Amino acid sequence: MATTTATTAKVAEDATAVPYAARIEHVSKSFPTPGRTGGQQLVLDDITLDVAPGEFVTLLGASGCGKSTLLNLVAGLDRPSVGSIGTDGRPALMFQEHALFPWLTAGRNIELALKLRGVAKAERRPEAERLLDLVRLQGAYGKRVHELSGGMRQRVALARALAQDSRLLLMDEPFAALDAITRDVLHDELTRIWRETGLSVLFVTHNVREAVRLAQRVVLLSSRPGRIAREWTVDLPHPRRIEDAAVAELSVEITEELRGEIRRHGQH
Amino acid sequence: MASTDNGVDVKKHSADDLAGLEAGLDALDSVVVSRTPLRETLNRKVLPPVTAIVLVLVVWQLLVWAQVAPEYKLPAPADVWAEVSDAWLKGTLLDYIWTSVSRGLLGFLIALAIGTPLGLLVARVRFVRGAIGPILSGLQSLPSVAWVPPAVLWLGLNDSMMYAVILLGAVPSIANGLVAGIDQIPPLFLRAGRTLGATGLREARYIVMPAALPGYLAGLKQGWAFSWRSLMAAEIIATSPDLGVGLGQLLEHGRTNSSMSQVFLAIFLILLVGIAIDLLIFSPLERRVLRSRGLLVTR
Repeated sequence: MATTTATTAKVAEDATAVPYAARIEHVSKSFPTPGRTGGQQLVLDDITLDVAPGEFVTLLGASGCGKSTLLNLVAGLDRPSVGSIGTDGRPALMFQEHALFPWLTAGRNIELALKLRGVAKAERRPEAERLLDLVRLQGAYGKRVHELSGGMRQRVALARALAQDSRLLLMDEPFAALDAITRDVLHDELTRIWRETGLSVLFVTHNVREAVRLAQRVVLLSSRPGRIAREWTVDLPHPRRIEDAAVAELSVEITEELRGEIRRHGQH
Repeated sequence: MASTDNGVDVKKHSADDLAGLEAGLDALDSVVVSRTPLRETLNRKVLPPVTAIVLVLVVWQLLVWAQVAPEYKLPAPADVWAEVSDAWLKGTLLDYIWTSVSRGLLGFLIALAIGTPLGLLVARVRFVRGAIGPILSGLQSLPSVAWVPPAVLWLGLNDSMMYAVILLGAVPSIANGLVAGIDQIPPLFLRAGRTLGATGLREARYIVMPAALPGYLAGLKQGWAFSWRSLMAAEIIATSPDLGVGLGQLLEHGRTNSSMSQVFLAIFLILLVGIAIDLLIFSPLERRVLRSRGLLVTR
């Protein structure tokens, strides 16, 4: 399937040096089988995927499809067994848990990311305030992590990820633990921020509607081992709603495909 | 679909209302953190121990009146108090305390300076952990009083012998506390730190040490208790005119003079210092750290 040309997202002009935000080429990953010596379990099998600058791609799959493993590989937290992965700079990563540091305030969490990136001390505070503004959390600077609600924590985590100033944002089911209303609001926020910043996003989820609502391109992975089963281009205009008829229609189609993939595993 | 028109309408509104919706959610979901008022703190934290102390004094006085033991074995509270005011008037009371406390605190600080990098090494370097990890935790179960005889032989009857005993008691527990604290860090924090670019020394400084702080503080607290105990053991066993009179020596003098009220005085002072350091330094520190992380459940 041809790479979708980004129409809604702004493509950063200076990103032309590297024509992709992430390039995954023939990547396989196997882990040693637990308990037995010498055994290898293949988790990812020959994945080839490009994320264009400014593109929003969701990786969709059932349990055991290795989507989180793939994200770890792209993040550089682990190395592929076969194949190569290239990214435009070091990507930012957001987890299902907010992973904010409880010994720091919301603002300081963001400032730590800025500090580790090498931002000068005088610029950190205003930049942290700006990022909190971006996720609409003005006034949360001095709040401790435990004083924030689940949705607010994920927004601070998003602000901290943005503080890394990466071209690519990797998201590992970041909204899976939130209630439906909060999740819906954060979908809107993420879409707005993605369009404002021109970031590339690689978003992992097992929620079909979430995938369709957010992405320009949905990539379905099969399970055990994870292979790319199919891709869909989603050219619905933003803002989208999870209740939109067009979203529902495509979701039904993708869900059918996903169910088919899952069903294959019951047959042997 | 009949709702298409409606859907468009909702869309337009949602763009404007998103900020308001979000603000509403934030307000509904936020946790309100309040501090307990002073009077309640007094009632809960001060009243019970004061009651217990008064009760002990009453029972003690009753036992003295009932003459369950001769006076040289069980002095009256008033006799012990006379000993306190006597030492206070002679100006020696604070000297006793300061001699021991200054030794204890200095020894503890040196133990801190050695135990912290040691703990960090044991926790983070697999080879070091394999090599000295078991010895370090084993040393904790060795009563530090066992180090007094060799320390006297190696170093003689002087202050460095005292410090050696304190270090041998406190360094393992400080290091072990830090190791335990580091082992309990959720792996997610380390992953998050690494994606933010914290590796090597920066990881230790910005992620590992702050994340391990609660366990580290528990180790420090125990380290202080060990320092103080080791010091008292050393002071009781090793008495020499060069060493000055600390609380341990005071206790030993009380025994040789068969002055039970002096023995009681020394024991009270040793206990008092232990409690005071914990109450004034470690407990507030620990509470502050736990509260700031939302880990302190007030009941």
